[in-house]
Amino acid sequence: MSADWPAIRFIVNGESRAVRVPAMKRLLDVLREDLRLTGTKEGCGEGECGSCSVRMNGELVNSCLVPVLQAEGAEIETVEGLSSNGALHPLQQAFLECGGAQCGICTPGMLMAATHLLARNPHPSLAEIREGLAGNLCRCTGFIRIFESVIAAAGSTRGHRGPADHAR
Amino acid sequence: MGMSQKNRIVGASVPRKEGIDKLLGRARYVDDIEREGMWHGATVRGSIPRGFIRSIRFDRRTDWSEFTVVTAADIPGKNHIQLIVADQPCLADGVVNHCDEPILLLAHPDKHKLRQAVAGVEIEYEPLPPVFTIEESERQDVVVWGSDNLFKSFLLEKGDVDVGFAAAAHIVESEYRTDAQEHLYIENNGVIAEYDAESGVTVWGSLQCPYYVHRSLVAVFALSEDKVRVIQTETGGAFGGKEDYPSMIASHAALLAMKSGHPVKVVYDRMEDLAATTKRHPSRVRQRTALDREGKLLAMEIDLATDGGAYSTLSSTVLSRATLHAPGPYLCQNVRVRSRSWATNTVPYGAFRGFGAPQACFAIERHMDAIAAQIGMDPVELRRRNFLHDGDTTATEQVMREPVILDRLLDRALAESDFYSKRERFARENAATPIKRGMGIAAFYHGSGFTGSGERYLNSLAGVDVTPEGKVRVLVSSTEFGQGTNTVLTQIAAETLRLHYEDVTMAPPDTGIVPNSGPTVASRTAMVVGRLIERASLQLLEMLRAKAALGNEYSRDEFFAACERYRAGHGEVGSLVRYEAPPGIHWDDQRYRGEAYPAYAWAIHVAQVAVDTVTYSAEVEEFWAVQEAGRIINPVLAGGQVEGGIAQAIGYALYEKVILQNGHMANSQMTNYIMPTAEDVPPIHVFFEEIPFRHGGCGAKGIGELPHDGPAPAILNAIMDATGVSFTRIPLLPEDLFAELAPRPASVSTRPVEETATV
Amino acid sequence: MRGNPEAHELLAPGNLAAVLALLAESPGEWTPIAGGTELMVAHAAGRLDAKKLVSLWGIAEMRFTRSEADRFVIGAGATFGDLRAHAELAAELPLIAKAASWIGAIANQNRATIGGNLVNGSPAADSSPAMLAYDTEVELISVRGTRRVAYSAFHTGYKRNVLAPDELMLAIHAPRRFAKHRQYLRKVGPRRAMAIAKVALGATALVENGAVNEIRLGAASLAPFPTRLHKAEAALQGRQVTAETIETACSELLAEARPIDDIRSTAEYRRHVGANLLKEFLLELGREPVP
Repeated sequence: MSADWPAIRFIVNGESRAVRVPAMKRLLDVLREDLRLTGTKEGCGEGECGSCSVRMNGELVNSCLVPVLQAEGAEIETVEGLSSNGALHPLQQAFLECGGAQCGICTPGMLMAATHLLARNPHPSLAEIREGLAGNLCRCTGFIRIFESVIAAAGSTRGHRGPADHAR
Repeated sequence: MGMSQKNRIVGASVPRKEGIDKLLGRARYVDDIEREGMWHGATVRGSIPRGFIRSIRFDRRTDWSEFTVVTAADIPGKNHIQLIVADQPCLADGVVNHCDEPILLLAHPDKHKLRQAVAGVEIEYEPLPPVFTIEESERQDVVVWGSDNLFKSFLLEKGDVDVGFAAAAHIVESEYRTDAQEHLYIENNGVIAEYDAESGVTVWGSLQCPYYVHRSLVAVFALSEDKVRVIQTETGGAFGGKEDYPSMIASHAALLAMKSGHPVKVVYDRMEDLAATTKRHPSRVRQRTALDREGKLLAMEIDLATDGGAYSTLSSTVLSRATLHAPGPYLCQNVRVRSRSWATNTVPYGAFRGFGAPQACFAIERHMDAIAAQIGMDPVELRRRNFLHDGDTTATEQVMREPVILDRLLDRALAESDFYSKRERFARENAATPIKRGMGIAAFYHGSGFTGSGERYLNSLAGVDVTPEGKVRVLVSSTEFGQGTNTVLTQIAAETLRLHYEDVTMAPPDTGIVPNSGPTVASRTAMVVGRLIERASLQLLEMLRAKAALGNEYSRDEFFAACERYRAGHGEVGSLVRYEAPPGIHWDDQRYRGEAYPAYAWAIHVAQVAVDTVTYSAEVEEFWAVQEAGRIINPVLAGGQVEGGIAQAIGYALYEKVILQNGHMANSQMTNYIMPTAEDVPPIHVFFEEIPFRHGGCGAKGIGELPHDGPAPAILNAIMDATGVSFTRIPLLPEDLFAELAPRPASVSTRPVEETATV
Repeated sequence: MRGNPEAHELLAPGNLAAVLALLAESPGEWTPIAGGTELMVAHAAGRLDAKKLVSLWGIAEMRFTRSEADRFVIGAGATFGDLRAHAELAAELPLIAKAASWIGAIANQNRATIGGNLVNGSPAADSSPAMLAYDTEVELISVRGTRRVAYSAFHTGYKRNVLAPDELMLAIHAPRRFAKHRQYLRKVGPRRAMAIAKVALGATALVENGAVNEIRLGAASLAPFPTRLHKAEAALQGRQVTAETIETACSELLAEARPIDDIRSTAEYRRHVGANLLKEFLLELGREPVP
């Protein structure tokens, strides 16, 4: 019966995609199940944890709260689209070096939120980083090294002490 | 030894081993995995806290022929989860003892149909009276477990407390309470299981301890050990929450797989995970303390009780660790700790980072400030006068043979936090502002590894081998769930073998491949398993020197060439070693005396808080943590462990409340179970003093749990400094602060008076 | 995911007229969904009763913010991200931008709409206290035409409002006459972000010749729906801000507030903290001259 659904088209990480799924299917499930882009994670299903964060037309959204019909025609960016030709995105490189990822389950969403933040504000203050990532819950890191990762990627030291002050 | 040259890899912040996979989004967590022909499983759970199951009815709207239905009657082996005492059923059979207890399992190819089907199973009960609190359980008028509701008790005695109290200049007593805490790993529990009549059961899952799950499946399915295989998938956080529960969910998925003939995935959603899986044990600790005129401890009498929930699970070992951490890092000649764990009709409480120590530490470290207030002494000075030092004996009469540097840690914490001048400044400024600030401190230790004879019983086996492709593999069942197992163990192997970090990988965490190096718990991985890897690596080098002409000095290429010579002559290149206790470790389980832990990590925490008297909210403004945990194998990872533990413990102290209504978690959503966000966690300053521990992996002691022990008392001590009120219970929410701090007009007297401490 | 996507119909007609026609055709049958930050949560929890939904997302006629001579007209489809980004609005009616910044976090603000927040009618709605304090009107539309209703009269009970089954909220009209007013907004939540208000207070007041000439107090979580605190306002209207009037106003608030105990907080806490917020505002009002 699934073939009966009308096609919904959108662009994911630069590629045109079409799915035939119920209009109320969550964008999260379409990405994970229909497109097998499992980098985007589900942590809560209620828009609280941010693990499912993706960008939709340049805006950060929780993909668990987007009925896929509302993504029709949109450009979607997921964690799988961050790196290019095997080279890590500067944020990915910074997370790797600064300890911004531990268990890794919040990491894809966190990277998308950080990408969104730096796209809007290339040199954020620490307060702006905190606000920009507040919708992405991390239970492992206490966020400190995530902040440092974002600062390292932004190449900015404004309003922030160096990593050396935290743990040497 | 290979240690003679300068460390190159141990002590360096090499990148996390599996980091790139996680950052690219290609790390495969269990819900990312599909198996051919896979079905989905769901659990029908009880809705009452205690009672008999009278009937199970299936509605007529559902076509049940499409579903696989599993009940307790389908279990081929034993209907219980293998932990310490086999009292917890895999599926409730005739009786339920807590809300959300699993009763029945369903599988179907379409997961959306499953949800409706779960709602279509009607269960009728004959309710029995439930027990919800420690007090109700210890009264024993309703017995819900065994003959007396008592899971376990311990008595730890040193000296004669009566003598101490008789000589006291001051006696201070108070009661402290901690509530439950949810792990809130961001990845919920989940597994995939397959069953095959020939090869048996295979399970992939999000879990900490593959061999625990293995043992449970062997019992549930009555299979031989070689017919059960458990593979850990990338695991999105655990914190103890995936120590025992995966045995349950794995059994469920495997039962469905067996009956349906399909691979079955069971992944909980957040509501189910919150409502049905383990939490940190609630506790009540009564402290009664005798001191002399100078503030020296003369006697400590401690009565400790935990709420264990409906089944015993790990309550006895949690209680043991709580007991051993209850007296704090202080020297006292007369100590009595009486501890008990009680049954109640709630979801079983289980392992959670710290494993009883945070509860015990909260009580003693809050109590030290209460004592200081009562006897009119600076709480820092009170601690300093009573610290353990090298050569002193603990409450179990363990002699501190390794250096104890609490004074050094304290001095550094005071200096880094500017403790005294801030405390004075806040005391001056508070009168004129609605924001009241304060400084608080906590001093504590955390025993590394299993308690007492635990490591001997575990008898762990671990090793390294070398593949024909030229990779060294670490062979352990110790798992990675964010805390850094993969990185730290490969660092230790690379360091010891004098290879590059990139030359060493982890063998898959698969019971079909790796030996049982014990569970990934108890801050034991770097210290105990790390030491096994170091020894196995040294043994490998000896073997290559003896049988493959490896020189004393060698290059990387010469090493791998020697491995290939060995392979040609002798077969597989590998080395396994078994646990050996450090010398002088003796533990008497009966008398609860001796070397409780082979090593201790030590720390001083300092919290700066602000209490807003408009909103009665308390926030941590800044935090300092100074610790000694042996050699730090990877400073970035270790720092991350400390920061993450502190953030989680800030949640424990000020934000996270498990609200039970009739035994069911009423706030089982992330929007209502409040963990700190990126905007709530303060700047955290982490400092390590390093004293390598001879018997730990490249000098390491445990670090993972230590940071969860201190923040709650440090924060509440700071709140006492800010407000003058000695709060004795966590979580301390704004509503609780309001109850104590709000001006009380004579006309308003509806607020119930809380049981308060005598201080 | 407890809901079944196949059990729900979702249409996206893409323009206002088509949505209104659909609503008119079978009033009460279709549930509008904008950014989904409420309904999709219910969907995941298996609690979404609506079987037929019509999407308002991406309808340009609803997503706008327009400055007119005497007012801002904010489309109901404007997201909180849009409101935060609107410099003129943020400068003149700062409480709106402040409230917008408190909605969840960035991802929620990019999807949640002002109209959705108001129509949903949660007693704890983040935007409501500011909307009450600014004396806004809401513009409702159906195929029958448009009408304007004072926002303070929009809610009629717990999650009930004056919308007819075929009506949508089209816009919010916010008067531009608060430049001289002292303005206040504070939300008390369980944490700094991703928080549902335990209590919140928005206030505007104009002090002239030493007396309060105009005052509006809008509260969240002090009643079954967002509401003005008329008795506390009356205690201040025409009076000087003194210790006595502050005390009286706070007593009035304590008397008229009707908060509840729930898993998020207690009625007592909400009531008293509500009074503390009012006191904080009034102390500020009494102390400093309005610039």
